[in-house]
Amino acid sequence: MARTDPRKDVVIVGLGWTGAILGMELADEGLEILALERGEDRKTVPDFEYPKIADELRYGIRYELFQRPKNSTLTIRRTLDETALPYRHLGSFLPGDGVGGAGVHWNGQTWRPMREEFILRSHIKENFGLDIIPEDMTIEDWGVTYEELEPYFDRFEYIAGISGQAGNINGKIIEGGNPFEAPRSRDYPLPPLPHTLDAEMFAKAARDMGYHPFPRPAGNASQAYTNPYGMQLGPCNFCGFCERYGCLNYSKSSPQTCVLDALKRKPNFQYRVNSEVLRVELADDRKTATGVTYWDESAGEEVFQPADMVILAAYSLHNVHLMLLSGIGQPYDPNSGQGVTGKNYAYQMNGGTTLFFPDKEFNPFVGAGSNGMVIDDFAISQIDFAKEGFIGGSYIVSGTTNGQPIRGISMPRGTPSWGAGWKKGVQEWYGHAMSIGSHGSNMSYRDCYLDLDPTYKDRHGRPLMRMTFNWKPNDIRMTQFMRSRIEEIAGTMGAQSWQSSYKSEGAMYDVRPYQTTHNVGGAIMGTDPAHSAINRYLQAWDKHNVFVMGASAFPQNIQYNPTGAVGALAYWAAHAIRTDYLPNPRPLM
Amino acid sequence: MRTFLKILAALVVVGVIALLAFIFVPVQTTGPKTALAADYQVPDGAGAYAMRLADCAACHTAEGGKPFAGGRPIESPFGIIYSSNITPDNETGIGSYTLDEFRAALYDGIRKDGAHLYPAMPYANYRKLSEEDVRALYHYFHDELKPVNNQVTETKLDFPFNQRWGIRAWNWVALPDAQFVPPFQDDQLNRGAYLVQGPGHCGACHSPRNDLFAQAGYTAADDAFLTGGEIAGWSAPNLRSGASAPQSWDAEQLALFLATGRNAHQAVTGEMTLVVEDSLQYFTDDDMAAVVAYLRRIGTNGPAPESSAPASSGDKSPAGTPTPATSENDTSKLLASADPGMALGPRLYLDNCNACHFNDGKGASEVFPPLDGNSLVNSQNATGLISVILNGAELPSTAKRPYRLRMPGFADRLSDDEVAALATFVRQGWSNNAGAVTADSVSALRKQGGEQAAEQSGGR
Repeated sequence: MARTDPRKDVVIVGLGWTGAILGMELADEGLEILALERGEDRKTVPDFEYPKIADELRYGIRYELFQRPKNSTLTIRRTLDETALPYRHLGSFLPGDGVGGAGVHWNGQTWRPMREEFILRSHIKENFGLDIIPEDMTIEDWGVTYEELEPYFDRFEYIAGISGQAGNINGKIIEGGNPFEAPRSRDYPLPPLPHTLDAEMFAKAARDMGYHPFPRPAGNASQAYTNPYGMQLGPCNFCGFCERYGCLNYSKSSPQTCVLDALKRKPNFQYRVNSEVLRVELADDRKTATGVTYWDESAGEEVFQPADMVILAAYSLHNVHLMLLSGIGQPYDPNSGQGVTGKNYAYQMNGGTTLFFPDKEFNPFVGAGSNGMVIDDFAISQIDFAKEGFIGGSYIVSGTTNGQPIRGISMPRGTPSWGAGWKKGVQEWYGHAMSIGSHGSNMSYRDCYLDLDPTYKDRHGRPLMRMTFNWKPNDIRMTQFMRSRIEEIAGTMGAQSWQSSYKSEGAMYDVRPYQTTHNVGGAIMGTDPAHSAINRYLQAWDKHNVFVMGASAFPQNIQYNPTGAVGALAYWAAHAIRTDYLPNPRPLM
Repeated sequence: MRTFLKILAALVVVGVIALLAFIFVPVQTTGPKTALAADYQVPDGAGAYAMRLADCAACHTAEGGKPFAGGRPIESPFGIIYSSNITPDNETGIGSYTLDEFRAALYDGIRKDGAHLYPAMPYANYRKLSEEDVRALYHYFHDELKPVNNQVTETKLDFPFNQRWGIRAWNWVALPDAQFVPPFQDDQLNRGAYLVQGPGHCGACHSPRNDLFAQAGYTAADDAFLTGGEIAGWSAPNLRSGASAPQSWDAEQLALFLATGRNAHQAVTGEMTLVVEDSLQYFTDDDMAAVVAYLRRIGTNGPAPESSAPASSGDKSPAGTPTPATSENDTSKLLASADPGMALGPRLYLDNCNACHFNDGKGASEVFPPLDGNSLVNSQNATGLISVILNGAELPSTAKRPYRLRMPGFADRLSDDEVAALATFVRQGWSNNAGAVTADSVSALRKQGGEQAAEQSGGR
């Protein structure tokens, strides 16, 4: 028996970065807002307090802060003719759970995509001709340009307190920053973090080869900081427990450190935890949403929450799942190419080379999630796609992001993975290895998509979402290109040996080893309702009072970590809602 | 002999009559000190603002209770006093109070029924309230606020403190004259003096008490005024000495601390947390500037210099910047050495405190308070420091700094001996120079702390 609660102006699904940002921005309009979070409430103290959070087994291995597959998962297959099976043990990616969402357990690497990435299809058309695009590649322009988003990148970076070194301020190239970045209107709010030895060695080698190293932009505060909401960060102490952990030190940019206590002061904002939204409810004419139905865990009942606006601010995969379950946008069909919801799921193509130096002490217990020096000399804007035979690019980086004592140990291949041989290997190699990584783009393809699984259901009886995804030759060529560049650099660094790990020809997607939690697409933005699920303001084309935040809007994946773009899009959409939608609710395009 | 007995009997009779009169003849209450126009109207918002200035909420709202419905236990040296319900409920609150009766409670500590209030109610300070503010408060509590029916726990002190009539005698000797007297030729300083002496009742905690437990001075003309007191076992710091916050911080930092409970030098703890949360954060910028100007003016050694030394905090250094190894910072060098053979105190600091407060003890501006030179750390009475180590501390949420930054407690991680060693190290590290802490004093506070922590985690 469903309960019906009093109407709200806005219901927000999920209280992570985008839910918190939209809550803050829309609360300023005086709207009555309810955010529904399916996980627990989380605060730095007691949930991430020292020393309990620095527990590698509990958080790093047993995934304390992540979703439990028994409560929420999806099925996965690699090709259209495979039968998808449930993702029963977290591996390849780790969707977050609870207040703060992925903003709690991320590393803090906060990037602006390159200008060319927002207009990728047009960029190719103009510079190389559309015929270089492989037949099954379905890349699109975003429908919004870097120049339009610049003020919102700036806003997010100042809210999140990002530490970095500008490379291009209003067209002026700044020494020490990334000379290939699109122009920014001002510097980062905080100076860059200091560097670990591996980053410095890499930067020197790269500089000697004529490349342009710069510090990775970090959501790890280099100094005490107060953001425009009055929220505060303390300086990062390089404890090394960043990704998979909440920050014990108030140093990592997160909804907790940057938004939530300011938001909780708003009398017109409320939030409920342990409240999982099951579907968005639609009006009889299916042109608008009327609210959401959620499962109230503490009351043990379904609740209908009426609302004039619905903001989907869950993890990208869950936004798409809710749209598929609720009939928002026509589901995508890979055979006909028709439909939009679920289209263009993409991932991230990464690889790395580990270098061994018996005579160096890297002190790997010292690390920060966004520590590192980067080169963008092989970024999307720098690659001649026609010449190199692939579309895409990578940033190349070295730094210690993880100081966890067990997961952080690298040993040469051939070292036993358990027992006395492993212990001997640890003694010999702990502190003597560093790595150089490639963090690369992943294009979107006709048969990489999300839909509802025909077989498996979740605990609420809803069909699980099905992911169909595999690696493609274009992206494998890209990562192999990066391998060559990285090994050239590694070869100059005097390592005793090195070993590389990159996807090679014929590689199939393997869900078991952790790769990255950068699952994008499925509810892509654009300017044509036939090709995209939401318009350039993140508004559902066919339900004008539904807005969909998050990386599900990316038409293909960028070469960077997604959070910077996710934050900028949230502020961009919030601005459109505040200035254009609220005065006259309607389809904005 | 008979004559003597007659005289004696007469004296006894007179004495008894005098005593009965002392107990039962109603006290003459103080009337308005300024005659306001007959048609005087309390301006919009003035009631709520006066309530904030006078910080009525801190005492008259119980943990988890309805605002101003009373029942909050106030610790006093004589026992626990429960604050009263000051909502306009006729039965359990002040609904039936006339303006004169309300003023009598504020000025004279006299209840409607004629009984004396315990001086936990700072009527000795509220006697300085302007008639405008009295009217504003009456309007707020009598006419704006919704009544809440809440019978508060009756205060039951031991004899002789349960004889409320005795307070009459105390009032004779302890109370200053009613009405605020502007001491300066400057409007801002006078406004600051009024706010500090009157509604802000800062002296109630920050001034020492004399032998009669009366506040030792109500204006800066008294040398003892605001030179430090004690509340619930914690030190309320001196506000006038050369090393005091108003004298050693610049005006901006002082205002930031008062409005947000945090600045480059300190983070608010103890009872002052409620003062920031319920009262000071609501001060207008002009009123805050007036308070700051006044506090900086009344230093024991004269006014504070216009620009104080820059913030001592290391907030401008990037994380990981090594502390310069000079002979002045032996403590920093010891900690940075990470020598496994170091004594228990510094080792515990390294393992538990260094991550935020750093080996230079300077923390990070507004987020992690510096421990070097910190008044709580160096207080003669270590209760506050020990309590913070055991139970942690949480900053209040304020308009300018909403974050409830919270330090975790270490009660479940450190033994009494360890807390004592750690506290002693912190009190004697860097430039600090305070007395050692014993395990016994930790043990006593640990017993109290369990209850407080349970209350805190309930939140407000």
